[in-house]
Amino acid sequence: MDLQIALLLGQDGITNGAIYALLALALVLVFAVTRVIFIPQGEFVAFGALTLAGLQAGRLPGTIWLLLALGTAIALVEGSRALRDRNFRRLPMILLVNCGVPLLLAGTLFALSPASLPLPVQVLLALMLVVPLGPMIYRLAYQPIAEASVLALLIVSVAVHVTLIGLGLLFFGAEGSRTLSFTDISFELGDILVQGQTLLVVVASLMLIVALYFFFERTIYGKALRATAMNRTGARLMGISGSLAGMLSFTLAAAIGALSGILISPITTIYYDSGFLIGLKGFVGAIIGGLASYPVAAAGAILVGLLESFSSFWASAFKEVIVFTSIIPVLVWRSLKTRHVEEE
Amino acid sequence: MKRSPQPTILVLLFVAALLLAPLFLPAFYVTLLNYIGLYAIVALGLVLLTGVGGLTSFGQAAFVGLGAYTSAYLTTVHGVSPWLTLPAGLLVTGLVALSLGMVTLRLSGHFLPLGTIAWGIALYYLFGNLAALGGHTGISGIPPLQFFDIELRSGREFFYLIWAVLLVIILATRNLLDSREGRAIRALKGGTLMAEAMGVNTPRSKIVIFTVAALYASISGWLYAHLQRFVNPTPFSLTQGIEYLFMAVVGGVSHVWGAILGAGLITVLKQWLQDWLPTLLGKSGNFEMIVFGLLMIFVLHRARDGVWPFVQRLFPQRRPGACPIKAQALPRRPLPETDSVVLEVKDASKRFGGLVANDRMSFRVRAGEVMALIGPNGAGKSTMFDGISGVDPLTSGAVSFCGQRIEALPARDIARRGMSRTFQHVRLLPAMSVLENVAIGTHLRGRKSFVAAACRMDRDEEARLLQEAAAQIARCGLYEQMHEPAGSLPLGKQRIVEIARALAADPCLLLLDEPAAGLRYLEKQALGELLRRLRSEGIAILLVEHDMDFVMGLADRVVVMEFGRKLAAGLPEEIQRNPAVVEAYLGGVE
Amino acid sequence: MSGLAAAGERVVVLEVSELSVSYGKIEALHGLALKVHRGEIVTVIGPNGAGKTTLLCALMGLLPAGGEIVYLGERQGPGRSVERLVRQGMTLVPEKRELFAEMSVEDNLLLGAFDRYRAGHRDHLETMDQVFDVFPRLMERRQQLAGTLSGGERQMLAMGRALMAKPRLLLLDEPSLGLAPLIIREIFRTVAELRKTGVAILLVEQNARAALHVADYGYVLETGELSLEGPSRDLASDPRVIESYLGLGGRN
Repeated sequence: MDLQIALLLGQDGITNGAIYALLALALVLVFAVTRVIFIPQGEFVAFGALTLAGLQAGRLPGTIWLLLALGTAIALVEGSRALRDRNFRRLPMILLVNCGVPLLLAGTLFALSPASLPLPVQVLLALMLVVPLGPMIYRLAYQPIAEASVLALLIVSVAVHVTLIGLGLLFFGAEGSRTLSFTDISFELGDILVQGQTLLVVVASLMLIVALYFFFERTIYGKALRATAMNRTGARLMGISGSLAGMLSFTLAAAIGALSGILISPITTIYYDSGFLIGLKGFVGAIIGGLASYPVAAAGAILVGLLESFSSFWASAFKEVIVFTSIIPVLVWRSLKTRHVEEE
Repeated sequence: MKRSPQPTILVLLFVAALLLAPLFLPAFYVTLLNYIGLYAIVALGLVLLTGVGGLTSFGQAAFVGLGAYTSAYLTTVHGVSPWLTLPAGLLVTGLVALSLGMVTLRLSGHFLPLGTIAWGIALYYLFGNLAALGGHTGISGIPPLQFFDIELRSGREFFYLIWAVLLVIILATRNLLDSREGRAIRALKGGTLMAEAMGVNTPRSKIVIFTVAALYASISGWLYAHLQRFVNPTPFSLTQGIEYLFMAVVGGVSHVWGAILGAGLITVLKQWLQDWLPTLLGKSGNFEMIVFGLLMIFVLHRARDGVWPFVQRLFPQRRPGACPIKAQALPRRPLPETDSVVLEVKDASKRFGGLVANDRMSFRVRAGEVMALIGPNGAGKSTMFDGISGVDPLTSGAVSFCGQRIEALPARDIARRGMSRTFQHVRLLPAMSVLENVAIGTHLRGRKSFVAAACRMDRDEEARLLQEAAAQIARCGLYEQMHEPAGSLPLGKQRIVEIARALAADPCLLLLDEPAAGLRYLEKQALGELLRRLRSEGIAILLVEHDMDFVMGLADRVVVMEFGRKLAAGLPEEIQRNPAVVEAYLGGVE
Repeated sequence: MSGLAAAGERVVVLEVSELSVSYGKIEALHGLALKVHRGEIVTVIGPNGAGKTTLLCALMGLLPAGGEIVYLGERQGPGRSVERLVRQGMTLVPEKRELFAEMSVEDNLLLGAFDRYRAGHRDHLETMDQVFDVFPRLMERRQQLAGTLSGGERQMLAMGRALMAKPRLLLLDEPSLGLAPLIIREIFRTVAELRKTGVAILLVEQNARAALHVADYGYVLETGELSLEGPSRDLASDPRVIESYLGLGGRN
């Protein structure tokens, strides 16, 4: 391997690593706030990319049907609860938020022809279709058993994951898609050619990470999320309910997932099930951080990206084997670091 | 008296139906039943691991693959007999599971399943990319199994082998769970701390069940390889691993028979959905996973225990066991001489971050006395108990027990030396009977291990343990409730169960944390009587209690704690007159 | 808000009758009745394990309870939840303080105003200044992490955080727990001062003398039932209070 190849591989690894880092941050966030190990994180990557691809190809993305279905389901659940509590004043609001907004969005998609819209508007539409799925899934699948054990929540996560994979196949078919490039610029830096799109991924990821930092450090809602992660009872007594924190963290996770998908889809072909492996690599990073430390998780994820790109050069057939086996030494290291913890 | 069929008869009917099934069923259904059997073997491992032990794995399919590929490779490339590749596969799987278990089981619970996901994917890609294992095309031409001259070539012939293996495994699993080690395993789910305090080596129990579950999977893989006589990576993917877990959860993850039920339900449902969904949706693909996923979420929300409990209600319930049979009494530990120092605590301190919970506490407890540790809320009494019993070790200081230093020992080693305790927040296993809960206390008085339990070679010892447990229950006045689930007792009675459990360990020092809380007046008197009797037998008792009537009437000596420090010590009458104590309890402002 | 009475009449903030709480089969509280007025400090004293913390958790909606709870003239129905009670101005300072250990004192205080912020109020900075006036020590420590505070400072922060919500009813669970006498005196002096702001305070304490000294009215809780009640001055000199604490009844 000469320097040039090494630089190329490095560039590749950092690009992917930046995405894994974003996902790792989302996973740590969701786990800290809700104790949910969010296996379906990767599906948001695929759904984001494929929804955008669908819009660009002039197809109606299947995600709109999911949005409508989940909205109706929530309206039914919330509505029947409001009726039971004789709280009739809430009904119009429940209907408007859960059914009205998705219907409005569907109407917009029918009325406009999304393929002819400018790229930023398409991206915005794709986000509006995918991001609400996060809190909706939290409301339906997790909130009813929010107090259950981490293990039960994990099994729910796996169930949500296989459901979404199946729906992904139904919505987008088995063929992969790429979206249009955000930029065609490329330039030479010393010996290597840097693609504008690659640079965009890295810069956008960095900006997102900085934005997240500001959200957690400077805004009261960000602080409320951190507070919930530190002390659930304390947060509840301040009026920060578990469901509010859950919805908020799932919204963030869904947004990070969908944005990641949108960022990489011009450089990688995304299939309905691609998200899972991408998400899991974020997981390896998150586990390096013990599902607790944001900076270690992000650094770990970039390491995973580099490991992946270099092993694809040395032993491309064993790329996945190497990446996922690397979790073993990580776990050994963590098990030496932590004392045994009793969970009840 | 109404007679209803006994559960054993139902099992025999089930076995008879199985014997006849291949003779009458069309080939398609025999194949389906073969797969159900293979899947149920794997799901049974998950029942043990998840339902009973509270751990889980999404990577069981990879262990099935290890069993299958080991046999496929050895028989085709090296011509080894299939009967020898079974132990070889078990050995490979066992070693892999053991090392994976040792790595992840020390971490908190969710790292194991996450590890198995990564591991499951890695092994799947390994199978698919190793040239020696045939890559993605796999290995074909695996020889059939042979019984003397009979070759098991057809599904009908194989059927008997699969189901015989499954029934043997069910039997062994049931035997294991109904034993000394089985109780320790059942305590893993929500009772690790208590189990350790009763002398159970919980990390070892966890590794054992993880390995056993992997070995079940490996056996299923071996059967699969010789049934199909062809292997490729697909059936060992993570998706299949997830499906195994679904089978266990849908069937009923805490019930041995739930594994078969779940395997049956999911397999039949899958067959049916694969026929119908593509037509319905107008596309082809694995759409059954959508239904399975939604079904799982529904089960976890509404029927956490799966379908089996609903089926079980249709059958007559096994009557609660009678009193344990007479057996030779267990040997007792020699008690230290009356008035000799049993426990000596010297300068014991415990800090949590900046908070000092125990500050240089020193006191002694002698054989044949009741010593009470009292003090206002938050004075550090329970922390002191945790420090002495090794549940949460001290930061500094020395604890000597029967003349030996113990402050650096883990709880289970301290228990082995004859210290036994109860907990302020009752730590019983609510679904288990009072008898079984108390029997956990006898853990260290038995020797028989997993294999002996699975083969029922532990019955003699088991009878002695249960008899001891029953005797302690009777002594504490709970004979009538012996077979009731511990969780159904009022809280006060549950505390008494804790005392019986501690006594079942044959201790020379008993630590009781608020034993009288929640008891009515007469029950308190009975408890006082019991403790007096124990004292006269020569057992040393260290007691934390808030009911001052109770303490002052029972204790020989009292130590008062405040802010983690010793405030006063002396005879009950002295303590009641001590102005500093009155001040501590009522507050001393103004 | 119904039932705002004419000037001079004492406004009932909280009225509880026949309150009972059970853990599984065992009844922890039985048939409790008590009343708290605006600007009044009511204390519930009693020995360890009598059910004092259970009482506050039940009032705050953390535990399901039987009986009738009327808060601000409104009967609490099935929709009762911690979040709703917080929105209606009930705040609990829990026994374990439940601070956000890895956050600064300032952020802890800020989150005390979370629900008000969410409801559209933007006066948290002024409220914080008022809290700093009450607890000048918190002002000095504003940048420090809550987890590094001493026991007394933690209690001050917990109370300060509760005040950030501008409560109408403040529930205090054993503010003296684990604190040295000098600090206890400081905390109770502050509690007495809070009365002037018009907030109603329900103070649960084991430290009977300190609590009765500061309170207007007191109840004695013994094994889940209220055994005595009266103006705190009377209770302070009642020998039965001491008996219930030290087991001097001599039934043995």
